[in-house]
Amino acid sequence: MKPTLTLPPSTPGASDRPRAWRSRVHLDWRTLLVIALVLIGGLIMIGPFAWAVSTSLKPRGAMLVLPPELLPREPTLDAYVQVIGRFPFFRVFLNSVFVAVAVTFGQLVICSMSGYAFARLRFFGRDTLFVLYIATLMVPFAVIVTPLFIIVSRMGWTDSYVGLIVPGIFSAFGTFFMRQFFLSIPRELEEAATIDGAGTIATFFRIIVPMSGPAFATLAVLAFMGTWNSFLWPLLIISQRALMTLPVALSTLQGIYPGQTQWNIVMASTVLATIPTLIVFMLAQRWIIEGVAGSGVKG
Amino acid sequence: MYERGWRRYAVLALFLGPSLVGVAIFTAGPIVASFALSFTNWDLITPARFVGTANYERLMSDEEFWRTLRNTLSFLLGYVPLVIASGLFVAVLLNTKIPGRQIFRAMYFLPVVTSWVAVALIWRWLYNPAYGLINSFLGLIGVRGPGWLFDPNWAMPAIILTSVWKDTGFVMVILLAGLQGIPRQYYEAASIDGANFFERLRFITIPLLTPALVFALSISLINSFQVFDQVYVMTEGGPAGATMVLVERIVRNAFSFSRMGYASAMSWSLFGLIFATTLVFYLLRRGRS
Repeated sequence: MKPTLTLPPSTPGASDRPRAWRSRVHLDWRTLLVIALVLIGGLIMIGPFAWAVSTSLKPRGAMLVLPPELLPREPTLDAYVQVIGRFPFFRVFLNSVFVAVAVTFGQLVICSMSGYAFARLRFFGRDTLFVLYIATLMVPFAVIVTPLFIIVSRMGWTDSYVGLIVPGIFSAFGTFFMRQFFLSIPRELEEAATIDGAGTIATFFRIIVPMSGPAFATLAVLAFMGTWNSFLWPLLIISQRALMTLPVALSTLQGIYPGQTQWNIVMASTVLATIPTLIVFMLAQRWIIEGVAGSGVKG
Repeated sequence: MYERGWRRYAVLALFLGPSLVGVAIFTAGPIVASFALSFTNWDLITPARFVGTANYERLMSDEEFWRTLRNTLSFLLGYVPLVIASGLFVAVLLNTKIPGRQIFRAMYFLPVVTSWVAVALIWRWLYNPAYGLINSFLGLIGVRGPGWLFDPNWAMPAIILTSVWKDTGFVMVILLAGLQGIPRQYYEAASIDGANFFERLRFITIPLLTPALVFALSISLINSFQVFDQVYVMTEGGPAGATMVLVERIVRNAFSFSRMGYASAMSWSLFGLIFATTLVFYLLRRGRS
């Protein structure tokens, strides 16, 4: 018998309790061990964020104390005031929002339509073309980035929103993802619409789109996260501070304050930059986790 | 396709056209261009000059390139086993009936959704040799912590550790999805037969989880060949080139030294590595079925 922390049913009538009740509060030593381990791991995950918040609330110089104060002795919002005063934080934040929303919206439109073409329309060379789409997924961004930069700069799109947004809209992955979903929809529904005289466009927008909510949500989440966190591309094509996205602006912070990095200010900016991610994550947690688990795309 | 005649093509153009043009210009075109560029020397100012396979030959004898490759592989060899092990560990723990599972799952996943730049900045501060939290803790137990990101021997382990921390939740959700697909009855039957926790892990969980494990493994491998963001923000390839990885070197060659052809050749060697990895996984999967 395994050792258990639940009371044995010695009191009269206890054994009559439904089994479900006992299994729900099954606090034997194993469950406690699992909870302890998971809790320790969870603290390791949250710890660095908590430390960032704690540092951001310290006054200048209080970081350089040994041993470090886990909690600020005299908490202050100075660092936040400085970030917002010395750094176009809101501008950068709005840039990130605008670019991520535009790319997401663009991908939903373009990829759903091309995905539908690959799933349902019949045309010469469809399967070959689709294989080529998939083949591009294997090519690392490092291969694409040099010519892409040249193309985009020849178009005069460096230091512009267009340069940040347009190359991100045409996702072969998005097309692939939507096609797979559309293939899972029973054909009968569309055939019924055709008999009623609906064309492809009407069928797509009236029948397919309304029933593809989950696929749209997942692709939206992946596109949004991917764009929001994207670093290399905006780093390369944006040099004006007014057009930077959050990750790029954050990465320049270390350089702004020469000599000793003012960690309270850097951490304050990091916290401010992470809060929107946190909010989106809490609101869309289910879609995010399912989308990532199903696709293997980290965004 | 429900339309006939020219309408058919109009509908096709409407649905597929934008994506086809966009993918051609912003993905397929650059891929072809990069391949062509890898056989030229081009500094963006003077016209590109065809040099045959000279760039690839130069790669073979470029000590810097081999060093970069070794660094990338040492990242991979540290990161992949650790992230799979920690992801599996957490997934198995969270697949049990404990209260607050959803909250724990969210805690582990939080680093995954956070931008690499934010994470890298936080960890730079944690790794600070003099005032960082990690060395202070080590000091409490009487260990003199290393210089971490400033020490050529410790910079790569530090980056690996941070990457494992960030991606544990990513591997966890892939494996959790796999675990939840294992029928309960198997475990119940095993329990009746008297199998303990480790026997159930060995004979039920691991075998049935293999597809999810292989998926997580292949993605982790492919991603680790392309490691860049964390390196750029945490060390910029330093100290003394100890963390210079492939993508960092490609980006430098292209955008700092304007060696477009050489950078392209290097990027195709990266593609070669990823392609070979994918091929191995494909053959393994086909061999099994």
